[in-house]
Amino acid sequence: MSDSNLAHAHQFDDAAQQHEASWLGMWIFLGTEIMFFGGMFLGYTVYRGDYPAAFADASNRLDITLGTINTAVLILSSFTMALAVRSAQLGARRPLIACLGLTMALGAVFLGIKFTEYYQKFVEHLVPGGGFGLSGPLAGAEQIFFSFYFAMTGMHALHMIIGLGLLTALIVKARRGRFSVAYNTPVEVIGLYWHFVDIVWIFLFPLLYLVGRHLQ
Amino acid sequence: MNAVIAAPRRHYLNVNYGLKSWLLTTDHKRIAWLYLIGVTFFFFIGGFFATLIRLELLTPQGDLVQAETYNKLFTMHGVTMIFFFLIPSIPAVLGNFLIPIMIGARDLAFPRLNLASWYIYMLGGLFTLAAAAAGGVDTGWTFYTPYSSIYSNTHVALTVVGIFVTGFSSILTGLNFIVTVHTMRAPGMTWFRLPLFVWAHYATSIIFILGTPVIAITLTLVALERLFHLGIFNPELGGDPLLFQHLFWFYSHPAVYIMILPGMGVISELIACFSRKRVFGYSFVAFSSLGIAVLSFLVWGHHMFVSGQSVYASMIFSLLSMLVAIPSAIKVFNWTATLYKGSISFDAPMLYSLGFIGLFTIGGLTGVFLASLGVDVHVHDTYFVIAHFHYIMVGSAVMAYLGGIHFWWPKMTGRKYPEPLARLAAIIIFLGFNLTFFPQFVLGYLGMPRRYHVYPPEFQVLNVMSSAGASILAVGYLLPLIYLIWSLRYGAVAGMNPWKAKGLEWEIPSPPPTDNFETTPLVTQEAYAYGVADAQAVYPSGEPANV
Amino acid sequence: MPTLGFPLFPDQASTMAGRVDQLYFFLLGLSVFFAGLICILIIVFAVKYRRRSDDEQPQPIPGNLGLEIFWTLVPLGLTLVVFVWGARLFFVTYYPPNDALEINVVAKQWMWKAQHPEGHSEINELHIPSGKPVKLVMTSQDVIHDFFVPAFRVKKDVLPGRYTTLWFEASKPGSYHLFCSQYCGTQHSGMVGRIVVMEPTAFQAWLSGGAAGGSMASAGEKLFRSLGCVSCHLPNDAGRAPSLVGLLGKTVALQGGRSIVADENYVRESILEPNAKVVAGYQPIMPTFKGLVSEEGVMQILAYVKSLKREEGAQVKK
Repeated sequence: MSDSNLAHAHQFDDAAQQHEASWLGMWIFLGTEIMFFGGMFLGYTVYRGDYPAAFADASNRLDITLGTINTAVLILSSFTMALAVRSAQLGARRPLIACLGLTMALGAVFLGIKFTEYYQKFVEHLVPGGGFGLSGPLAGAEQIFFSFYFAMTGMHALHMIIGLGLLTALIVKARRGRFSVAYNTPVEVIGLYWHFVDIVWIFLFPLLYLVGRHLQ
Repeated sequence: MNAVIAAPRRHYLNVNYGLKSWLLTTDHKRIAWLYLIGVTFFFFIGGFFATLIRLELLTPQGDLVQAETYNKLFTMHGVTMIFFFLIPSIPAVLGNFLIPIMIGARDLAFPRLNLASWYIYMLGGLFTLAAAAAGGVDTGWTFYTPYSSIYSNTHVALTVVGIFVTGFSSILTGLNFIVTVHTMRAPGMTWFRLPLFVWAHYATSIIFILGTPVIAITLTLVALERLFHLGIFNPELGGDPLLFQHLFWFYSHPAVYIMILPGMGVISELIACFSRKRVFGYSFVAFSSLGIAVLSFLVWGHHMFVSGQSVYASMIFSLLSMLVAIPSAIKVFNWTATLYKGSISFDAPMLYSLGFIGLFTIGGLTGVFLASLGVDVHVHDTYFVIAHFHYIMVGSAVMAYLGGIHFWWPKMTGRKYPEPLARLAAIIIFLGFNLTFFPQFVLGYLGMPRRYHVYPPEFQVLNVMSSAGASILAVGYLLPLIYLIWSLRYGAVAGMNPWKAKGLEWEIPSPPPTDNFETTPLVTQEAYAYGVADAQAVYPSGEPANV
Repeated sequence: MPTLGFPLFPDQASTMAGRVDQLYFFLLGLSVFFAGLICILIIVFAVKYRRRSDDEQPQPIPGNLGLEIFWTLVPLGLTLVVFVWGARLFFVTYYPPNDALEINVVAKQWMWKAQHPEGHSEINELHIPSGKPVKLVMTSQDVIHDFFVPAFRVKKDVLPGRYTTLWFEASKPGSYHLFCSQYCGTQHSGMVGRIVVMEPTAFQAWLSGGAAGGSMASAGEKLFRSLGCVSCHLPNDAGRAPSLVGLLGKTVALQGGRSIVADENYVRESILEPNAKVVAGYQPIMPTFKGLVSEEGVMQILAYVKSLKREEGAQVKK
């Protein structure tokens, strides 16, 4: 499409207006996501304030090695995503596809580690519900901690899975040559989404894994 | 100057035919019709539940339905009416249809997202209907824990999934509106030339996007607790019964402003047209919409004065709740002042508007009773609250919706509805409404609690009055259903501007072409330029889109 | 009162009722005034400015800053008056007088259980004396309920896992509705009862009609011994646990630097979740009694602890 820089959807006056609308739309959507996760962060804060000892005890039962690895993996994936956006802006098709692929791979690693952790918790009887294995005075609040752990990381993982779907769609489009110097908005806005999902994890990690932990 | 003819001119309704052309449309005007069918369907479902409730309450004993059934009835009435009628009605029907036209655009920013929003709405509705068919839910639309999370034996998870899904419809609609108004206004359409209808929907959209996600996560947590026994709200584990209430009301209070702000936007348009004057204090009304949206997020604790929350929290929420009343009062005064020295006609939309102003004033004032700590302790969770919110939601929001539907009906369909019948219906609705809900203020102060299946016999006379009113109200609602459908085929053909109103929507044909404008308008005058000679937009390639 | 055969206004049967009604009537007056004003203006304008010819075009009037300021500030001022008035009333209802007669209430689906300090226990009924402040300490065994007596103009949610309190002073003997007013399940509208207000002498007579089992405090003392509390909580601070004498109302220093004022909820929490708030200088060795003592039992122990007053080393006070 030689005139791809002039092409735009029929409701817009020009490509610039379309770009502005897409960009604003994604930022507003991320705002709604902040409010969505925010409800869980609020609940977490209330209970951590009420039961600090239980939260510290429960947090120490999480696998900090796997959690740290996952944090590094995700930050790296945001880097590769930023490289992908840059490639798209430069019209560099092969690097774009490579970087998107790398980002997906890292995302998959993250999910793999996450589900390994979930399985570990299942084996250790730390999944809330009838099979919850802790007892003692802190057990109730620890079960609440683990409820937040599963709800928050689960919701985060769901967003990552959706992100992988979006990245797949981007790779398909990139292979068909749909992006160029003049038109790369989808890569840019999905990049915003990916970075947001990363930032949510950066808040989750210390709140869930690092309560009451001290460097030796 | 061409005379208006009813001959086959291409417009958005006849540009193509067939179910696929409707179910896969991206035209905001057709999507508005899809929503109109959906919200009308849910309105009558909710009305059916209300009918059974008012029938049961004719007698103090529980002799029509069992207690369990009654509890399901009021829950389903609330859920259906709030999430599937009131929240979408004006924004998704009138907002979708009008906002692009009012700002001079060809469509919304994201037309496919708009269609997706409708499918999401219908999917959510389907879940909720499935829950109803499977036996219903009995927690009240407020889903308080731990009753909803642990004790209820009904289909809580299925219902909250339905509400969760439909919530996304709201979020995406709000997102679409905000982006559209920011980025797609026609040349010359500055913010302060926008119709107040657009301001009202912009303010509503802010609430859509900031508030709806919170109810989404809150209901998700309840569903997870029911399905997977997470313990977040379980008092046995140390869960806080008030946490749910805070999370729930953080959305559900702003939600009530979602339900009224669009109606206020409609009323501004109608009052201006049927007084032939611009709205008095335009910028005050515009800023009041924004003020209501912002303040609405700060007052949720006024639902919790007797919940066990701290006395200081209650005092702060009471004070803020007084503040949120002020912008609404400003609007009422400005609308009334618009009538002063106007040229007033009494078509059905105006009857609805005048009724709105009176009933909204009563509803809003009774809100001050509830915001006042000393009185709220007595009337909280009684029929006083029920009366208060029905004055706003039914006496105001539904009347604004009907007024708007009648006003823009000629534009949407190219037909006029039968005016005398419409005026009669408006009056029946007004009278039936007052008879239904005014006695409930008295019942509430007497102490009759909400959600009561049986009640002490001394409350019966007032309950009978209320049920009698409800039967009149039902007739009033059925009439427009009948004659509006009738008018699609047999109504008088409407021209471009049957009301002689000002606004971009009245400068294009009735019904409009798919892309709304042949050429993008250039806006040169203020909104509601009544009394300004030749005030209409300029169409740069020479002629206005149609005469 | 109107002789219509049905009431239009509730009885005023408490010292608060008249005060609440005063604010209510003020609000009613304001509402009638403003709603009336708007309705009259609408009708007058609609009639006076009705359209007389189809091409009528009035002069545009954009607005008036002075009017806007006026009708912003006047409602603001009025609502602030209402706020202050209502807040002051609320404050009074929130804090019971020190000499209030304390009665414990346990709510469960779908009934009310009331326990008098002398040991009387009632179901769905509560006998109280007129002319004396009464404080209810309430908790729920299951879901959230709400204790509502319209004639007294009082209402408070009753929560699981916590105590909430409400107080009133009945002014008129008689029998008044008690309603549960927080939806709590199938028989929510059946969770009703009566508050029976009696003249003080009649109330004393009713009380001395004998209650099996003795007073709340004596029942609590029995539990205090049988559950083993007495082995650690010695009357002086010599035991492994702090003394409970004069505890209620005292400021307690907790581990971690915080301090709180000991109230009913603190005592209940310390029995059921002892490690939530450990007193400074003590080890967190107290076991939990959750599952070993019922809500009524906790209230009885609470009544016993309250009876341990003032003198250091004092023995049990009956």
